[in-house]
Amino acid sequence: MAISCSRPWRKSVDMEICRQADALQISDLDPFLAELLRQIPESADAEGAPEAEARLFSKPSAEKEMCAEWESYVEPELRRIFRSATQTVAADLAQLNGNEKSLRNRTLRIPLEHADAWLNTLNQARLVIATKYKFSDAELNDHDRSPTGSRRDLSLFQINFYGFLQEFILREMNGD
Amino acid sequence: MSAVSTGQLEKGSTSTVETPVREKETKAEEEVDVPWQVVVHNDPVNLMTYVTMVFQRVFGYPREKAERHMLEVHQNGRSILWSGVRERAEFYVQQLHGHLLLATLEKIS
Repeated sequence: MAISCSRPWRKSVDMEICRQADALQISDLDPFLAELLRQIPESADAEGAPEAEARLFSKPSAEKEMCAEWESYVEPELRRIFRSATQTVAADLAQLNGNEKSLRNRTLRIPLEHADAWLNTLNQARLVIATKYKFSDAELNDHDRSPTGSRRDLSLFQINFYGFLQEFILREMNGD
Repeated sequence: MSAVSTGQLEKGSTSTVETPVREKETKAEEEVDVPWQVVVHNDPVNLMTYVTMVFQRVFGYPREKAERHMLEVHQNGRSILWSGVRERAEFYVQQLHGHLLLATLEKIS
């Protein structure tokens, strides 16, 4: 599948994404998209953003006692799950280490056994970004906005790009 | 719970046995018996396909049922995914939170 994100932009950015026997492969990566991929682990980090932290670790009930127990016994396990997923993704992304020139047409290979970690980390990143920028429903449904206008526009593009990757991974996992 | 003294029993004096505190017991039994429900709430960020996949995986629902619940969440703001004993409901909510869905545990009134 070839992805071209050129329509509303002055400069087009492309990549190829396909399923192999035991991996998903993203090739011909434009440096801009490669940089967005490299930012996934950092974007998934809610530290220093209390609202994003509250979204990742939402309350299980309106009952205070239950919430206190949850915080003591369940949250540490959830943190471990999220951290583990992010570390797996960060390790895969090490394939993209290098400067912009060396990134040109670079290929990223995601082993299928890492698919769950990618889905989880991409979701963490999308939720953290959306919470930090307080995007409205209308903005979240705007899939054509150029990322070149402002930091906010770029962040919205990040959410959409990461969502696209999630959709692709899900489709390949479901065999659709 | 109240205890019966051995000395009192030996003397055959059953009339001195303290009355158990029934009120507390009844409350505890009610807490155990009251069914709980697992509710998933709408979130504009989570993808519909992702939510469907999570419902299939966590509850073992077939795709059609998972999609029905996903659409209910999307259209009505919430959907009751499961109801039953508290321990199991807590387990499901933990699994849903592990997939970053907004899920809560509610007592059925």
